[in-house]
Amino acid sequence: MTPLGLYVPGDSPLHRAPAGLKLLVLLVLVTAMVLVSDLAWLGGACGLVAVAFGVARIPSRRLRPLLRTLLVTALAIGLLQGLLVGVEAAAVTVLRLLAALAAANLVTLTTRIDDVVATAERLVGPLRRVGVRPERLGLLVGLTVQAITTLSAIAGAVREAARARGAERSPMAFAVPFVVRTLRHADELGEALAARGVGDEED
Amino acid sequence: MIVFEGVGHAYEDHTVLQDVSLSLSEKRVALVGANGSGKSTLARMVNGLVLPTRGRVLVDDLDPAKDGRAVRRRVGFVFTDPDSQIVMPTAGEDVAFSLRRSGLTKARRAERAAELLAAHGLEGYADHPAHQLSGGQKQLLALAAMLALDPDVLVCDEPTTLLDLRNTRRFAEVLRGLRQQVLLVTHDLDLVGDFDRVVVVEAGRVVADDAPRPALDFYRRLVDG
Repeated sequence: MTPLGLYVPGDSPLHRAPAGLKLLVLLVLVTAMVLVSDLAWLGGACGLVAVAFGVARIPSRRLRPLLRTLLVTALAIGLLQGLLVGVEAAAVTVLRLLAALAAANLVTLTTRIDDVVATAERLVGPLRRVGVRPERLGLLVGLTVQAITTLSAIAGAVREAARARGAERSPMAFAVPFVVRTLRHADELGEALAARGVGDEED
Repeated sequence: MIVFEGVGHAYEDHTVLQDVSLSLSEKRVALVGANGSGKSTLARMVNGLVLPTRGRVLVDDLDPAKDGRAVRRRVGFVFTDPDSQIVMPTAGEDVAFSLRRSGLTKARRAERAAELLAAHGLEGYADHPAHQLSGGQKQLLALAAMLALDPDVLVCDEPTTLLDLRNTRRFAEVLRGLRQQVLLVTHDLDLVGDFDRVVVVEAGRVVADDAPRPALDFYRRLVDG
């Protein structure tokens, strides 16, 4: 399983662009998406993001699951919105979501977590004076991304085990082992971080 | 030198270890014993992950209970499940994470991480998503990430339990070439045949402490009842 948005190595201009700049452009784009409700502009933004994907030369094996997820999400939300608030408002919401989600994914696909972590640490660096620990924030970003893949793997294994016992429809057969394994993982991760000296530098 | 002086450990009313005294100066020492015998607890005490409730542990004269930070700098730890040790999304980033306080520039850290990966059979995997590596590769990654800290002692708690034969042999080969003192907790008796010393732990006590052959013969007889 390949989780969405995990870094894809490359040498495109987007890969080489500084992480801070990409995050800033993403922020501006998403803000603009919220403020603009003209269908042509929103369609243009989607087109722009699509061109950016082309520039980044993301391999099709990574694009396909991303597109599938985006389209299923857009379709579900579009149908619901269409029924509740009308077709035009639904189209606006769908285009906004598509552009914002795709752009956010493009940033993570072309940016190493290391760079995101370094940017986050730099951004909150001045807050060190008021007790904020930038390195903790950086670690949090890295662990969050890693947790997505780990929890997905745990969920997949638990679901398979439930299926093997013919209990695929039982919420308990999923929830109990999932929670137990997640807690055990958290415990082991804590030990592993301690073994790697995390926290020692701040004593 | 790792020293256990009258070490005991209990969780509430459950005694896990009692009165263990050992001085381990050999380069490669193995701890073997049944599940729940207390060998992992003993190993975890070496870098302070578990503290004794009786007695004390010394690593190069440092007590993990008092000098935890200094001890952890000297003692690396490899766990059974590599998935629990991998912190960053790609192999290179995970090794570089260990080097974050090394004073190296970011570019140099990435280079050093790639070198360490190559030295442990993961050449060209720096940009590879860590979760997509095979079990054996993940354990080698966990080992490389720990060795990036250049500890003097490496404690491995059943590191080959989840590995197939090929990866177990590969891991053993890497261990064999290390400059570090290695303390290996394992159920794989083939792995420790060429170790310098084997300690057998049973019901929280050391019941044999010898060269591999006599210690393992004793353990086999113990298991056979």
